[in-house]
Amino acid sequence: MNLLLSIDQTIKKFLLSMGQVTLLTFKGFWGIFIPPFNLKLLLKEIDNFGAGSLLLVNIIALFTGMVMSLQTIYGLSMYGAEMYVGSVVSLSIVRELGPVLTSIMVGARIGSGIAAEIGSMQVTEQIDAMRALGASPIKKLVSPKILAGLITLPLLTITADFIGIFGGLIIAIFELDIDHNFYFNSILTTITVSDFLSGIGKTVFFGLLIAVIGCYFGLKTSGGTTGVGRSTTISVVTISISILIADFFLTKLFLMVL
Amino acid sequence: MEKTIIEIKNVCKSFNGHRVLNNINLSIHEGEILSLLGASGTGKSVLLKELIGLIQPDSGDIFVMGKNVTQMNEDALIKLRVHVGMLFQGAALFDSLTVFENIAYPLREHLDISENEIKSRVSEKLQLVGLKGIEAKMPDELSGGMKKRVGLARAIATDPEIILYDEPTTGLDPMTAQRINELIMELQKKLGITSIVVTHDLHCVKTVSDRIAMLHEGKIITVGAWQEIASSNVKEIKDFISGNICL
Repeated sequence: MNLLLSIDQTIKKFLLSMGQVTLLTFKGFWGIFIPPFNLKLLLKEIDNFGAGSLLLVNIIALFTGMVMSLQTIYGLSMYGAEMYVGSVVSLSIVRELGPVLTSIMVGARIGSGIAAEIGSMQVTEQIDAMRALGASPIKKLVSPKILAGLITLPLLTITADFIGIFGGLIIAIFELDIDHNFYFNSILTTITVSDFLSGIGKTVFFGLLIAVIGCYFGLKTSGGTTGVGRSTTISVVTISISILIADFFLTKLFLMVL
Repeated sequence: MEKTIIEIKNVCKSFNGHRVLNNINLSIHEGEILSLLGASGTGKSVLLKELIGLIQPDSGDIFVMGKNVTQMNEDALIKLRVHVGMLFQGAALFDSLTVFENIAYPLREHLDISENEIKSRVSEKLQLVGLKGIEAKMPDELSGGMKKRVGLARAIATDPEIILYDEPTTGLDPMTAQRINELIMELQKKLGITSIVVTHDLHCVKTVSDRIAMLHEGKIITVGAWQEIASSNVKEIKDFISGNICL
């Protein structure tokens, strides 16, 4: 009986959270279009989301491309097809690894930062103060972060795609002594616009997920500094899992649509 | 006859099944300083936050300047909050903004005034709380007392008719606490502001209050002037004043 009650409560809690996240997404997204528009605040968030993550994302992309290239050469050499390393590496990076790894890295870095920032504001009554001073915390905090996520994550992914493919080229040159023109030509004959769009398209949703989940756990923070730490951890875990789950469904969707 | 500016009717509030406020009824008159006295955890701050819709009561009505706060949506509440300033317990200054930006915040949100006017208003409010020339400082460069005074300057920036003080003197040295008490009285005298002070600091209550409402176990057990409270024979009040219960 206790077990059933516990399951019942867990389901109710989960459904309540989902409802709250949906509402926050809707209100936060709507807030983007409601004046006044604060360009300074948006640029600050874009700088935090994008510029702050650029180096990290590109290092990850470079080494992912290099590892992918090494593994692909190893796998394809069994069939004597190692010259097609450029096609396999680029397809994997553009369609899957670039968007997902970039989003997970940015999610861990920015999602935790958002949850900690808003969580600290919550426990020190700054959110209440904001409301008491006549400002909407959603308009001031959530909407700029959502817009920054929607803008910067696709851009970061584009740079990660290029850097990842370049990493693959470095290994291909050193391991196979391949001509770089051949490498790039094999990419151009393999990758289509829809491959590129399906990868970039996914990151728009991932950017939204990172911003909304970070903000949600920040706003739900209670219990002082311990609560801030808890919100930060939960937000990173939830963002990572959500990105992987959303990736499956978005891949399925884009395969049908594009 | 004194005009009622805030009316609290049958307000109840529970958290996780624990009843914090139990059928609260209270009227606050225009221009008076009313202190809400009570031990920690008796729901004083909850009641204060309910007055401007930061927390919604489970039942009951709260009328502020004739408008029922419990029936208002966030947009309507934002408009009402122009008329109500609030000083938070820990001052709640935005730690990413300078003192100037903190005080200018409600002016930019609520009023369509020029940057020069904002500057002069910020300077005027800082002077009023005795902190002239600290506009460029960040909140973490300020002492506890200075933070409270900047919080007060921010609360009065839009010249509100009502100010809510949440534990204005808690954690301050006696001299700074006295300065805050004087400021609360000064604002009432100079600007005719209605003030509600939530505190368990008896010296603050004694110094500033026109009337005192005492909360005990979620209920208001008495309302009256300091002399009436001090001479009360009610056990809970006597115990509180003599320090027989843990604050």
